[in-house]
Amino acid sequence: MDFRLTDEHRMVQQMVRDFAQKEIAPLVKEYDRKHEPIPGVLERMGELGLLGISIPVRYGGQGMDYITLGLVSEELEYVDSTLRVVMSVHMGLCALSILHWGTEAQKQKFLVPLAKGEKVGAGAFTEPGHGSDFARIQGTARREGDVYILNGEKMWISLATKADYALVTMRTDPHADPPHRGLTAFIVDLHSPGITRGDIKGKLGVRAGSTGWIAFQNVEVPVENRIGEEGEGFKVTMSAFDRGRYTVGAGAAGLIRAALDASVAYARERRTFGQPIGHHQLIKEKIARMARDYEMTRLLYLHTGWLMNQGQRFTRQASLTKWFGTEAAFRAAHDAIQIHGAYGYSDEYDVERFFRNSRGAMIYEGSSEIHTLIQADYALGYRYDKPLRKELPPYDPDEWLAE
Amino acid sequence: MKIVVPVKVVPDTAATIKVEDGRVTWGDAPLVLNPWDEFAVEAALQMVEKHGGTVAVVSVGDEHALEAIRKALAMGAKEAVRIHDPALAHADVRATAQVLAAAVRKMGDVDMVFFGRQAIDGDTGLTPMYTARALGWPFVGLVSAFPEMDPAGRTFTAERSVGEAKQTLRAPMPAVVTIAKEFAEPRYPSFMGIRKASRAKVPVWSLADLGLDAPAAKVRWPEITMPPKREVKVEFIEGETPREIAEKLVDKLIEAKVL
Repeated sequence: MDFRLTDEHRMVQQMVRDFAQKEIAPLVKEYDRKHEPIPGVLERMGELGLLGISIPVRYGGQGMDYITLGLVSEELEYVDSTLRVVMSVHMGLCALSILHWGTEAQKQKFLVPLAKGEKVGAGAFTEPGHGSDFARIQGTARREGDVYILNGEKMWISLATKADYALVTMRTDPHADPPHRGLTAFIVDLHSPGITRGDIKGKLGVRAGSTGWIAFQNVEVPVENRIGEEGEGFKVTMSAFDRGRYTVGAGAAGLIRAALDASVAYARERRTFGQPIGHHQLIKEKIARMARDYEMTRLLYLHTGWLMNQGQRFTRQASLTKWFGTEAAFRAAHDAIQIHGAYGYSDEYDVERFFRNSRGAMIYEGSSEIHTLIQADYALGYRYDKPLRKELPPYDPDEWLAE
Repeated sequence: MKIVVPVKVVPDTAATIKVEDGRVTWGDAPLVLNPWDEFAVEAALQMVEKHGGTVAVVSVGDEHALEAIRKALAMGAKEAVRIHDPALAHADVRATAQVLAAAVRKMGDVDMVFFGRQAIDGDTGLTPMYTARALGWPFVGLVSAFPEMDPAGRTFTAERSVGEAKQTLRAPMPAVVTIAKEFAEPRYPSFMGIRKASRAKVPVWSLADLGLDAPAAKVRWPEITMPPKREVKVEFIEGETPREIAEKLVDKLIEAKVL
């Protein structure tokens, strides 16, 4: 067992850290206050190659392994969750789903521009009335000749108004029993006629990000844009969630580390009762819990990334990483505010933003309740992973770096 | 053209520097490419992108120096050499400069040497001048732009940042320069660069390879101590009116000989 990161991992980590510190950290507070994305941030991430990070070079990507995707997610969320969200939806839900399930023609047409950062991807699954009970979504796709006609509304979609393409799952068989067998996934050009979209206002967190809705009204999608077989949409979507959850969990490690670093700095300087508050036992307890949870979340996501590299199924591990990491991040941000006292309650310090940002991650990509049930069912033997028709390709450096 | 950039590995800028048992230590803080050297690498890369050629980096040090070398390679430098010899353990600025000058000569056909303005650990800022002296080449400090670079004509024009003023001067090539931060913001390493850098085999040259005897250090460090802690006292000046407070403040400042 080798716990060391490679030189390549460390250099990418440092590069992303420098980018986030130099270009995002000075602006994020202002744009979080304004509820607006930082201008040009997606373009910069594309220029740096981050939008194609774990995609083979022959598809326009950088050919890095899946662990690198986790490391990048951690570094981005250390500065602000909105940056990590981009990796979760563009890479986790959209680009890697095409790599996993797409035909060669679909990879050439959609994956290459996504990996090069020329196009931005998203995943559109949740509906106003259906989140955790995803199998019962109401949006429809009706086949007519060489096209499917999509109708319905998707809600709480990250990058809804920024993305060019989205992986969209709709119901193709309204009578399917069980209902999850009636779903089909598509890659949809979001500039198509019949699509309207908008941003959701008034969010608690990720205010410098874009979260919105997408409405489909008789949107024609060519048959060749179907991802996987008809009726396979539930599996395609769940596998996309596996990857999304991996990045959310890895990002949570970044948020915990950010809360820890801020708390340590403050606890060393702030004095009460004649000494720095870091000497008070109840402050130490909070700091210790953050340090513990950071290490645990990090180990969980690195293990998940390793399973992905090996081509092994990682559904259980990704769920555990996401569940543990996001709850730990919320606790860390909450404790960080307590350590900062009244100052932590003000946006003069970053910890209140960490707290607000940490909350949503306990709901999206499978709520904590869903992950609790998933983990219990694995442990009780009520749930196991059946092989998929296609598996996510393992990381093979020779193949991934080939032109 | 061929540009050599001598680089140094230094403790991260966020490291806490301490003196323990007469030695400077930074605990387990990470080592990084000297931030000033990043500007030199950037300037060199821009020059070869414009005029053709290669950028080579050279660093004196043990295996830790690879951190600095790999970063420069990841940014786009094509060649690298590390110089390591037990006899250099106590090398001072002058000795280091002699070694660097010998390395530049050995690399051959070098048109320019670009340094960062200083290293953030030693902070002497003298190595570039000593190297120029050892090579017998002209030296230009704090270059913020090269309005002209003519490798064929063997001359260049450099713009120097001098306080709030700028000075433009012409010099022959080869030359040694230091690069000011006004030149350009250093680029991030590219993924392609990172991959190449992580796989690069960096040759190691010893003093024997350079045809040098161990250069004698002229500077000795008989004692290293932390700067004394500054004692800061805070005193609240009270008074009935702002005028009274101001008058008391002025009296205090005169008493402390600040005014």
